[in-house]
Formats: sequence, structure tokens, C-alpha cells
Amino acid sequence: MIQFTIEDRDGVRQHLEIPEGINLSLMEVLKASDYNILATCGGMALCATCHVQVLDGADALPSMRDAELDMLDTLPDADSDSRLACQIRVDETLEGAVFRIRG
Amino acid sequence: MISTDICIIGAGPVGLFAVFEAGLLKMRCHLIDALPQVGGQLSEIYPQKPIYDIPGYPAIKAQELVDNLMEQIAPFHPTFTLGERVESLDQQADDSFVVTTNDGTSVHCQVVVIAGGLGCFEPRKPDILNLERFEGKGVSYMVKNPEQFRDRRVVLAGGGDSALDWTIFLADIAKEVTLVHRSDSFRGAPDSAGKVVELAQKGRINLALQSTITSISGNGHLQEVSITAKDKTVLNLPTDHLIPLFGLTPRLGPIADWGLTIDKSAINVDTTDYSTNIERIYAIGDINTYPGKLKLILCGFHEAALMCQSAFNYVYPNQKLSFKYTTVNGVPAF
Ligand SMILES: Cc1cc2nc3c(=O)[nH]c(=O)nc-3n(C[C@H](O)[C@H](O)[C@H](O)COP(=O)(O)OP(=O)(O)OC[C@H]3O[C@@H](n4cnc5c(N)ncnc54)[C@H](O)[C@@H]3O)c2cc1C
Ligand code: FES
Repeated sequence: MIQFTIEDRDGVRQHLEIPEGINLSLMEVLKASDYNILATCGGMALCATCHVQVLDGADALPSMRDAELDMLDTLPDADSDSRLACQIRVDETLEGAVFRIRG
Repeated sequence: MISTDICIIGAGPVGLFAVFEAGLLKMRCHLIDALPQVGGQLSEIYPQKPIYDIPGYPAIKAQELVDNLMEQIAPFHPTFTLGERVESLDQQADDSFVVTTNDGTSVHCQVVVIAGGLGCFEPRKPDILNLERFEGKGVSYMVKNPEQFRDRRVVLAGGGDSALDWTIFLADIAKEVTLVHRSDSFRGAPDSAGKVVELAQKGRINLALQSTITSISGNGHLQEVSITAKDKTVLNLPTDHLIPLFGLTPRLGPIADWGLTIDKSAINVDTTDYSTNIERIYAIGDINTYPGKLKLILCGFHEAALMCQSAFNYVYPNQKLSFKYTTVNGVPAF
């Protein structure tokens, strides 16, 4: 099981436990867990409505590819700890991480 | 006041195709969209991506599909109000509607078709105190008329293609141009990024990199922006205009307040004709919901066809509609 924490827009934290090897993105897991995120483009790094802030565990995550960096560059509220949830695979690199939903 | 048979809110692919289906039944359409161009999500989010599930096209680029739709509906001479958001609907004594936009454009029509997709595309706004107070008083989120900036001092903010493109364009027009960007490099088109750096080196524009705008002030009209760099130094820059260019994001917007039955940001419809709970108002495309709904262009096209058969009864209450293939009559332009 991979365990990480999600903080919603109201600051409420919830721990999620996801089985290993499920090949989903963090965006898909958030949608499946009924979080209110739009994910308009369905995971193509085109809409940034899946924007999350990594409050803890950013260093362990795989680094960003160009499409993600390009999109984050166009956001007014992105910072060095910003990521697109659709570009993050849920695997062991997420263990213990804390994400805040921005979108 | 503009007068038409059907007023279509949203000029995405589904709104555009509805013009064709309406045209076959001799109903005239006026379309309103908050974006300055037609095409909805296709033109705004993914113009260069191929779409593979449009019947008859093994692959077609999104913008090409929009261009084709415009060509297909041209014989019916639809009229457009672009760059304005529909704010309100008012039902008249004879049951017709007057649709009004945020810029005060009014459209009188017999039928309203909401093809609003995910809602209005609205600018992403930076978190700056008092920003909204200066909207229209120095702060704007898109460049509609570049001449407005001639010989003025302009600050742009953002690091994407539109921030780069408008910086280059306004360098020739404005008295002073400053581009503020959070990072120390640009990830927009390398060519545009190169030009911006060159303009800065030649002293034709100012670049404030690794910086953000932290506050703005003015007396009635914008007069100054405060730019804070990563090293916490603050520059107070006198300016006439601020143009934050951080792209657009869809929001349901005013549609939510029109008394329609809404379920999770989508309008409930009757699948026999895609009518809503209010007579003479239909909802087609991504904006509607019903059991089994798929948010696909193809499905929106189907909904547009069925909607028009039903809307005909309001536009021509005394005529009986008989179904005909386009192969029989061709496209009876008007
Ligand atoms: C990245 C991506 C890839 C996709 N790929 C495919 C695909 O391969 N195949 C497929 O079938 N579908 C695809 N889709 C989905 C497809 O784009 C949508 O189903 C389609 O755009 C819906 O069309 P629409 O006309 O209903 O709405 P939209 O395209 O969303 O257009 C709605 C328009 O209404 C306007 N509007 C809303 N409210 C107002 C208001 N109050 N006043 C004025 N204007 C208003 C908006 O500005 C917008 O322009 C994709 C979507 C995305 C984001
Ligand atoms: S879902 Fe669109 S960028 Fe992630």
C-alpha cells in the first residue's frame, strides 16, 4: 500500500491508501476519491485544473517533463512546489507525501 | 437590439453545428461567446491536437474541425457576438426571451440554446489585493484593441506564449513595456523568448525576472505596480496599464443563476429533445447531463439535431415539420 495525504481547499486533511501497481495518476485517484477537481483536459497537461502544491515529499517525486513545466509557467499562483496531479503517477515515490489541492 | 430565431450561448463545436441543423429548418441563429474567437475548448485548449472520433475523419486537428464547421454553416449567415459573456435571460410577455451580455448587448429570440460547454472561459487572475477594483481602469486580461496602449506605460505579467507575443507586439506601440515573470527563463516558444530577451538587451523593454507583482495602486485609475523580486527587493513602477496574461480557465458562471435544474455543474435535460426545465430553453453539448451522458463532440452534434426539431415548434408554431435528408434538398441556404 502507498500512503499519502491530501489537503483540500478548506484545509481538511485526509490520508489515502492506494494499492501498489495500479497505474493511475494522482489526478485520477483524486477524482475517484470524489475531490472537487475539474481536470478539464483529462490528463494532457493542457488545462492546469489539476494543480496541486506538494507540501511534503517533493524531492522524492520524479522530476517534471517539459509539458508540465510549460503549463505551470502560465499559472499566476504556481510556485516552486507546484505540480500537475495528472502528470504524477501514483507509485512508491508518493509514500508519505502531502499534497494540497489548488486547481 | 439584435433579433433572431435562436440565440445560442456558446460558440464551441456543438453551438456551431446547431446553426447548421437550425438552418436546414430555416431558423436563424445568433451566437454569443465569452471568448474572442469561436471554437470553444477546441480553439482555446487544444487547437493543434488531432481528434480521432469524428465520423468520416480518421484524424482531424481541433482547429481544422472548427474551421470546417464555420465553412459548413456559412450558407446560413449566422451572426456573432464574441468576447462578451451572457449574464441574464428575461422572458417576455409573449414567452420569447431577451438575452443580455455583460457589455449590454441584447438579443431577442424565440428559443435559447445553451451550448456553454464547461462554462465561460475566464482569465486566471493573480492574487493581488484590489486587482478587481482596477479592472477596466487600467487592468485588463486580454488585448482586444492594441491601439489603446499606444504611447502608454504598460506592465505585462506571465511567462507563456501570449505574454511573450504581446510584449513583442506592444514594444512597437507603447511608450514603455515591462514584462514581469516569476521564473528566470521563459518556456514559451523559443523564438518568441529569444526576441523578448533581445528587446530587453536593446533597452526597448524592461524585464523583471524572478519577480511577481505584489500590489497595485492608483487614484480611480491604475497608477503604480509594486514588483517584488525573489531576493525581496521591491520596485514601485509607475504605469498606466497592467495586463496579467496567465491563460483562461472555465467556470460555470452566470448560467448557475437562471433557475435551471443543475446537477454537479451541468444542466439536467430531457433526452427526447434536450429541453431544460424551462420551456424554450435547451441545453446541448458538454453543459448538459442525463443518464449515460458522454462529453463527446459527436454526442453534442446528435443533441443539436434533436433540439432543432423541437425548437421548430416555437419558431414556427403554425407549421408542421416533415423530416428530410440533406441529400434530397441539398443545403437550402438563406
Ligand atoms: C484536451 C481535450 C481533448 C479532447 N478530445 C476530444 C476528442 O478527441 N473527441 C471528442 O469528441 N471530444 C474531445 N474533447 C471534448 C470536447 O472538446 C468537448 O466535448 C466539446 O468541446 C464540447 O463542445 P461544446 O460546444 O459543448 O462546449 P465548449 O467547446 O466548451 O464551448 C462552450 C463555449 O461556451 C462559452 N460560454 C459558456 N458560458 C457562456 C456564457 N455565459 N456567455 C458566453 N459564452 C459562454 C465558452 O466560452 C465556450 O467557448 C476533448 C477536450 C479536451 C479539453
Ligand atoms: S488534467 Fe489538465 S493539466 Fe492535468
